[in-house]
Amino acid sequence: MEIQERKSIEAFALKIRMAALEAIHSIGSGHVGGVMSISDTMAVLYGREMRFNPADPKWADRDYLVVSKGHAGPAVYATLALKGFFPYEELKTLNRGGTRLPSHCDRNKTPGIDVTTGSLGQGTSQAAGLALGNKLKGRKNRVFLIVGDGEMDEGQCWESFLFASAKKLGNLVVLIDWNKRQLDGYLDEVLPMGDFVAKMEAFGFDTVKVDGGNVEEIAAALERTRAGGDKPYAIVLDTVKGHGVDEIENTAMNHSMPVNDERFERWTAELKAKLDALEG
Amino acid sequence: MKIVYNGELDPRLCKDVLGATIAEIVDNDPNAIFLDADLMSCSGTLKWSKTTDRAIDCGIAESNMAGVAAGLAVAGFKPIIHSFGTFASRRIYDQIFLSGGYAKNDITVIGTDPGVAATMNGGTHMPFEDVALYNALPGATVIDASDPACLKSVLKQCQNRPGIKYIRVGRKQYARIYEDGSELPIGKAVTLKEGTDAVIFAAGLMLNEAMKAAASLEAQGISAAVLDCFTIKPIDADAVEAWAKKTGAVVVAENANRHGGLYDMILEVLAERCPTPAAVVAVEDEFGEVGTQGYLMERFGLTAAHIEAQVKAVLARKK
Repeated sequence: MEIQERKSIEAFALKIRMAALEAIHSIGSGHVGGVMSISDTMAVLYGREMRFNPADPKWADRDYLVVSKGHAGPAVYATLALKGFFPYEELKTLNRGGTRLPSHCDRNKTPGIDVTTGSLGQGTSQAAGLALGNKLKGRKNRVFLIVGDGEMDEGQCWESFLFASAKKLGNLVVLIDWNKRQLDGYLDEVLPMGDFVAKMEAFGFDTVKVDGGNVEEIAAALERTRAGGDKPYAIVLDTVKGHGVDEIENTAMNHSMPVNDERFERWTAELKAKLDALEG
Repeated sequence: MKIVYNGELDPRLCKDVLGATIAEIVDNDPNAIFLDADLMSCSGTLKWSKTTDRAIDCGIAESNMAGVAAGLAVAGFKPIIHSFGTFASRRIYDQIFLSGGYAKNDITVIGTDPGVAATMNGGTHMPFEDVALYNALPGATVIDASDPACLKSVLKQCQNRPGIKYIRVGRKQYARIYEDGSELPIGKAVTLKEGTDAVIFAAGLMLNEAMKAAASLEAQGISAAVLDCFTIKPIDADAVEAWAKKTGAVVVAENANRHGGLYDMILEVLAERCPTPAAVVAVEDEFGEVGTQGYLMERFGLTAAHIEAQVKAVLARKK
């Protein structure tokens, strides 16, 4: 990746974090940890990998994103707003009555959201069905599925992975946000998941592990998946829950956090300083 | 639509009619797709499934099947999925509720072996609660198929009907009610027999029992009407109201738990439009068990004799 492109995607990731925080701050609290950990991947997906058209969100040959960890909605809304799917100011309607931006992703509410998620595990099967459907229709597009590491507790994930592999869905890319923490604490304390790479390989996925905070590594892993073929892909994103803001990272229970005015200003200032340094 | 009921069984197995109808729908509509969970032998689709790429065996993973169907709907397909009624309802409820209904992904769900039709598979496979679950799913259509002709007609209609459609139907023979090729519009109850003293609202396997009961009552000088309520939701409220007013005595007969099913749907209409004495022949809030269909119908009180007794009981309360 050219240095200029790297900087531009890193800047996009910072802007996604800032926009998501702005949305969450507007309602007072939200799923900060898992929003932050997936922001770099969102930036790579919408910054260079996915084909989409904000003016025509339902374009038939678009690539699809399924965010099965539906509570990361604010990260997705921030990305979509920055890409022009809807006005940036609308982010401040998050979780308010009548909003198009509910806590969990809803395909019937938000322009640019294709799959409704929130009951964990369910996005995985829908992504597999979508990939199968696109393949049967002869479309050349791809389906990107973001799954939480805690979400992998759900048996449905493993049913769907077995299915995706059996049906040779090379147009499916599973991105596992391995941020090590779930709502009640660390995965290793709540329900240890072992080696995600070995597990996904065993389920028939072409699997790599990357630094999920490094846009170059994420981009390279995604580029590999363009080859398609007979195996679905898995990318294990080695991430930090709350990544991007030190205080959030260092808060043990950061799945959902209050974001008051003082925190919002401090955290935004930290992100802004990084953005300024990047953009010189 | 022509009623040809004479108490005899339709010579066809329902599963063969089911399989042939699914094949016809999928072969004629490039957007139709069928999914099963390792029960294609039971839905009569196994042989045909080898001839198309739009018959998907998902293995024994019903929840995933429901979610895959939702994803296929997002991709532009009109999925039909099948499993036994227990798995097609309670096992996949969260998936069909959220990935399906809530997400507005239109899916037709077929649950075979409703209630006592599960016979030798026993209590673990005996759905008495499936109707209640689907009745509680907003916008869902709930069908208890009457016979092979009804099954064919409703399955075809479901392909162009929005929301989640749940069809419960046995795999074996049913008493023949309608001439083959009959059109039975979803949401319209059918008057199988006229009557003046009482009305029996029945569905599915209970139609034959209701007709037998009505014939027996007729011989005793009691005139009971029989209505086929194959559409449990949306209930044909106008028909329920009209017949309740006409007869003043209501009996509901269903092969399901008395709570949350056809009886409740009819009681809602009666309570809101025309309070009328009513009684039910249904499973009295019990789990299923193993046995022949004949044994189970006796065991759970689902025979013509039980209907007859309830008609008399409700007539005694009629003013």
